[in-house]
Parts: sequence; C-alpha cells; structure tokens
Amino acid sequence: MDLRFSDDDRAFREEVRTFLAEKYPADIRERTQRGLRLGRDDHMRWQQTLYEQGWAAPNWPVEHGGTGWSATRRYIFDSELALANTPQIMPFGLSMVGPVIYTYGTEAQKARFLPDILASRVWWCQGYSEPGAGSDLASLKTRADRDGDEYVINGTKTWTTLGQHADWIFLLARTSQDVARKQEGISFLLADMRTPGISVRPIITVDGEHEVNEVHFENVRIPVDNLVGDEGHGWTYGKVLLQHERTGIAAVARSKYRLSRLRALAGSIPAGDGTLLDDPQFRRRLARVEIELTALEYTELRTLAAVATGGAPGPESSLLKIRGTEVQQQLDLLYVEAAGYRALPFVPGQFRDPDIADDERIGGPWAADTAPRYFNGRKVTIYGGTNEIQKNIIAKAVLGL
Amino acid sequence: MDFDLSDEQALLKDSLERFVRNDYDFDSRRRNLASERGFSSTHWQLFGELGWTAMPFPEVDGGLDGGAIELMLIMEQFGRGLVIEPYLPTIVLAGGALRRAGSEAQKSRWLAPLVAAEQTAALAFAEPGGRFDPWHVTTRAERDGEGWRLHGEKIAVLNARDAGLVVVPARTAGATGDRDGIGLFVVTAGTKGMRVTAYPTVDGLQAADLALDGVRVDGEALLGTPDGGGSVLAEVYDEALLAVSAEAVGVMSVLLEKTIDYTRNRRQFGVPIGTFQALQHRMVEMFMCVEQSRSLLYMAAMKLAAGHDDASRALAALKYQVGTSGRLIGEEAVQLHGGMGVTDELDVAHYFKRVTTLDLLFGNADHHLTRYTG
Ligand SMILES: Cc1cc2nc3c(=O)[nH]c(=O)nc-3n(C[C@H](O)[C@H](O)[C@H](O)COP(=O)(O)OP(=O)(O)OC[C@H]3O[C@@H](n4cnc5c(N)ncnc54)[C@H](O)[C@@H]3O)c2cc1C
Repeated sequence: MDLRFSDDDRAFREEVRTFLAEKYPADIRERTQRGLRLGRDDHMRWQQTLYEQGWAAPNWPVEHGGTGWSATRRYIFDSELALANTPQIMPFGLSMVGPVIYTYGTEAQKARFLPDILASRVWWCQGYSEPGAGSDLASLKTRADRDGDEYVINGTKTWTTLGQHADWIFLLARTSQDVARKQEGISFLLADMRTPGISVRPIITVDGEHEVNEVHFENVRIPVDNLVGDEGHGWTYGKVLLQHERTGIAAVARSKYRLSRLRALAGSIPAGDGTLLDDPQFRRRLARVEIELTALEYTELRTLAAVATGGAPGPESSLLKIRGTEVQQQLDLLYVEAAGYRALPFVPGQFRDPDIADDERIGGPWAADTAPRYFNGRKVTIYGGTNEIQKNIIAKAVLGL
Repeated sequence: MDFDLSDEQALLKDSLERFVRNDYDFDSRRRNLASERGFSSTHWQLFGELGWTAMPFPEVDGGLDGGAIELMLIMEQFGRGLVIEPYLPTIVLAGGALRRAGSEAQKSRWLAPLVAAEQTAALAFAEPGGRFDPWHVTTRAERDGEGWRLHGEKIAVLNARDAGLVVVPARTAGATGDRDGIGLFVVTAGTKGMRVTAYPTVDGLQAADLALDGVRVDGEALLGTPDGGGSVLAEVYDEALLAVSAEAVGVMSVLLEKTIDYTRNRRQFGVPIGTFQALQHRMVEMFMCVEQSRSLLYMAAMKLAAGHDDASRALAALKYQVGTSGRLIGEEAVQLHGGMGVTDELDVAHYFKRVTTLDLLFGNADHHLTRYTG
C-alpha cells in the first residue's frame, strides 16, 4: 500500500492539465465558470473534444476504444476534470448502453452503434421506469410483440432524463407474457426516437426545469435486429448497466471541487465580525462533509482498483451511490445556507442568459441558484435505484441477510 | 397549566380550518400565484371580513385584541393551506412595527388600511452582508430640515411589490450591529429615490431588493424615537419567529399526512410501500419531529402571550427545532414519494419549498442554536 503517485502518473497528470488548458473549449469553460446552464450542444461538443483526444471512454475496454488506464489514472483524470469544472459526461451512451452493447451485442450492433456512442454523435436516453414500475422495475408492462422481422412496442416509459434531446432510446420491454418469474421475459431493445408512434411529453420538476419526460409508445415498429443479447434475458443486462450507472452517480471528484469552492465562498461572506468561515457551526458542518467525502474517495479508489483487475463493479457500488449522493445533498444544502437570504430569489433565466453580467444577477453571482439546485438535487437519492433499494441490495448481496 | 383553547379561539380555529379546506385548493392557488398581484384580492378582503387582519391589534386601533395564541392558530392553518396572501409581511411585520411604535395619527393613516385589509405592507428587515442579524443596519437616515433622507440597500423584502408602504429601519446613530440608534421610517410606495427590484421567491411568493438613494421622507414618517427602533424590531422579530414557526408546523403536519397517504396507496412489489418497515420507521421519525415541534410551539406561544422574560430564548429553541425538523420532514416526504416527489405537478414539492424558506426567514436553525447557546 502506497499513497504516492509514480513519476509516470505525475507525467500523466501534466498531460491532462495541458490538454485541458489547450483543448477545453473556451466558450463552454466560460459558461460553466459563470454558472450558466449548458445545452445539448455544449455537452456534445465537450464529449467530442475528449473523443478526439482518445479519452472519451475510460471505463471501456481498449479494444472498443477505451483508454486502458489504471485505477490511479482514472482517478487523476476525474479529479483534473472536476477541478477544471468541465461539463458532466452524459452517462446514457458512454456509461450505460455502450457497455451493454460491447458485452452482449452482436458484431453488427457493435459496428453500428459503438463508434457513434464513443464519438458522441448520438444522444441516448434510458427507458426503464414506468408509472407503475419504479423501484419494482421488473413489474414493467411495456410490451414488445414479435411480428415477423419486427417488434411492435406499446407502453409508457417515464422519468426519461433529457429524452427531448435524444436520438435513440434503450429500453426494457416484455417480449413474453407467460413467465414464472416477472424478471423473465424482459428484453433489452434499442429504438430510434424518430420511429413513428413515439411521443415525448415533458414533466416539469420542482425547480421549474424540463429535465425529465414521459415517453409513449404506440404500435412502434422496430427491427428485431435492435434486440441486444438474447430475447427474454434483458433483466440480466439491465442490472449490469445499473451497476455501471451507480458508480458514476457517486461523483466524488465533483463533490470535492464543490466543497473547496464553498469553502472559498464562505470566506467571502460577511457574518458577525468576520466571515461565515469563522462561524464555528458552519465550520463544523463543512468539516463533517469533508471527512465523509474523504472516506468516500478512498472507498471509490478501492472499488476502482478492484474493477481494474476484473469485470464490472459488484454490489459494493451501491455503497458509493448511497454515500456519494448523500454528500452531494449535504453540499447542496450548505450552499443554500451560505447564501442566506440571497437564496430566496427565483429568477432562473439569469443563469441562462450570458448577456446578464454575473454581478448584475439578482441575489449576486451565485446565490440565487443554490435553492433550485438543492430542490432538484433531491433526485439523486431517488434515481438510479433509490437509496432504500440500494440498502436492500447491500443487505441481501453483501451482508447475506 | 391549560392547553385548551377558549371558546373564541376554538371558533377562530374552526373558521380557519374551514377556509383552508373549502376555499384553498391547489389549482386556484397556482392560478393566484401567477396573477398580477401574486395572490387573491378576494381572499385578502375575506381575511378582513373574518377579522383575521384585525386580530393582533388593540381595540383602540380597530383590532380584536388577539395575542400570541391567536397568531399561532392563524399561521398554523395558513401553513396547512400553503396560503400565499401576505399576512406575515403586512400584519405581523409592518403592522407589528406600526402598532408598537406609531402615534395615533400615524396609526390612523397607515395602520388602519392594513387592519381593514385595504392595503398590504412590508418591513425591510434584511441588508446585504447582515446574515440574520436584525440590528445589522447600515442604511443611513440623515436629517433634512423637518424630514429625513434615507440612503442604503435592503434585500429580501417580502411582499414589497404589492406593499402600499414599507417600514424601513435606518441608522440615525451608533455603529452597524448596535441595537440602539435605529429609526423606523415609513416609506410609501412610489416615493422618489426608492428603486424596487421585485422577484418571485423560491417558494413562489414575492419579494424585492430595495435601493434607497437619498429617499426623502417628512418628519411624520418616523415611528417612535429616532434611535429606539431596535427594541421595537426585537419585539416584532419575536412575534415573527412565532408566526413562521407556527406556519412551519402546519406545513410539516400536511407533509406527514400526505406521505402516509401516498405510501398507503402506492404499490410496488405487489404491496403498498407503506408496509415496508424501513419506510414505516422513517414516517415515525417524521411524526416525532412534528410532535416535538408542536410542543415547543405551544410552549413558546404561551410564554410570549404571558410576557415571560425568557420568551425570546424559548423562541430560539422553537425556531431551531422547526428548522431541523422541517428540513427532515420536507426531504423525507420528497424521498418517500419517489420520482413524484420532485415534480412541480404534485403539491408535496411546494410544501417542501415553503418549509425550506421558513427555515431561512428570521434566522435558520444554526443561527438560533447559536442564540440559544448564548
Ligand atoms: C430526476 C429523475 C430522473 C430519472 N431519470 C430516469 C431515466 O432517465 N430513465 C429511467 O428509466 N428512470 C429514470 N428515473 C426513475 C427512477 O429510477 C425512479 O424514480 C426510481 O427507480 C424510483 O421509482 P419511483 O419513482 O416509482 O418510486 P417508488 O418505487 O414508488 O418508491 C417510492 C418510495 O418507496 C421506497 N421503496 C420502494 N420499494 C421499497 C422497498 N422494497 N424497501 C424500502 N423502500 C422502498 C423508495 O425508496 C421510495 O422512497 C429518474 C427519476 C428522477 C427523479
């Protein structure tokens, strides 16, 4: 056991820093630094920049375009990107459907889909949840009935994140109705969002944003070639995907960045005779989050090291999901508390319009964005499998209860 | 020792409950928020007719002589209904300052229209850089002949857009943070030199930042003495703490009820999710938080009503308790609703947003824990 980076790792860190200094698009950098919201195009362009560098998919095997990095390098890479406050990588293609396709797909599917995912030329969305099937995903009702060379899909998916931007959707649907266990008879399918019969209806979230959707399928015909793996085995593939998703959700490096920024902000907020950073209550709360986050960082490193030596992350990824999301929410809340009364204005447009100078924003440069983020951030303990469900998984699969 | 309500108080509670139950559905609330005033003029008038706007004022001022208990009853029901009409800023804050510091002439000119629900009002209780300190007043009041000129900035002035008048604390002497040396000035809407930057708040209500650029008011605008406003503010604050805490208890009770109801009806894994003990224990925790908050609410209201010396300390304890409990209950209510909990469509998220705002108002849980610690 050794905490130090090797010379090679330090050289790698320099390489990442140089890349960020030279290639991170200046306009996107400006938007994130100013706390402006990003659009579809910003995300795509940033991911394409990473692709051109060969760094789009650190989690993929080398043969499919992955980087082949050690756990240490992935850690360095994530940390440097977080420090530069780069846009979050959209997980749907690169972390979710990509691994399923390269693991279970046919050669033809790999050739057809992986290059576009790797190069972020196509925006994917995830069609798992349904109004009646959330935590109990296996009770899903969307059906895909075989008709010659096609499946005919009928049903409703919901909570589909950024489905309004998506070119393709991957979904779980029932391909046979008479099964012994509800986990059987589910298949993993891919559908072009332009296929006739697919319609997308927005769901507005607590912060007034359009981030999730309901996606309806009415007699949607897709070729049977769009079935991934074996018919009726989608549940297994879907679960592997969720474990990939869960590790990503922890967002340790991002939280570290947000914590250090919060500390800096608190040092500039007048409170009593000094600043908020001199307030013992606030300091202690910052310290508590920091300790939890440090522990989490090392838990993640341990998991990464294990993954590097074999296969997909196991049920331990549930721990990262639970603690990682809890820390994110604690940070969301501390930002609101740091903002004080400045957290009250709700003027979302001012975090979209680059022509409003940061200092001209109502509530100042950042404070009015803290409460909407806190409200919206309640989602992280709900999506990707709720934290309660993660605890059930740990109890069963890790503790053997 | 007596936890029972008087007959009159019971009647008041009854009429409040009826109003919230029958006249305050979520859809019309949403429409009223989006309307020009941001609330319903009809409701506001009704509050006048039912005597609610007159409640805390003495009879000589056209009031009903109500006290802390009545205020608590009103605000708790307003919390239950998620009522948006500006009772807190008009009656508790601006009305509270006018009632305590105004002369007869000032009261008949400025307080009477509030008591009669003809107008709404505001109190500019916060400044940039002041966190939650009511005496952090850097806004200056300078003598100008018979009158005054006000210079400074105020933030988060609740209801300032609709208010016919704003009570503005301004420093006539002493240093920022001193309790002495603060005067309370009435600035009527549209006065030259007062720039109002209005905005919706995160809970859907209205507030504004004020820039006072040499605003000229006459001598009549000063409530009470030029340097005694700090003590008046302290009393108004105590009442405001009781008001927002009572409202928070109302909000919390509804969040708990709605969560129990939802988990009874929502089925996953072939059973109502409320049958999972993991969730039952969480709701029991919420329940205990509501009850503990309610206990401190009654304790603080009775102490305030009786004019106890340690009423302020009791209020600090109460505000800490409702701050931490409200957060727990709000977050848990959302979590137990799953994805539905984060939608704008469901009222749960709106109760959650309001209880978050109530924690901030007049000092969050940390602030009052520090006060309580002394
Ligand atoms: C912002 C957002 C984005 C999302 N994006 C996507 C997406 O892109 N694609 C997609 O397919 N889905 C998405 N989801 C859906 C998400 O995965 C579901 O919301 C989640 O699985 C929970 O399901 P539910 O909302 O139906 O809640 P429910 O399953 O009804 O759960 C309600 C509550 O009951 C608890 N509960 C349920 N069962 C148990 C149990 N056995 N033991 C203990 N507690 C239990 C839950 O933890 C929760 O607290 C998203 C959700 C949100 C909020």
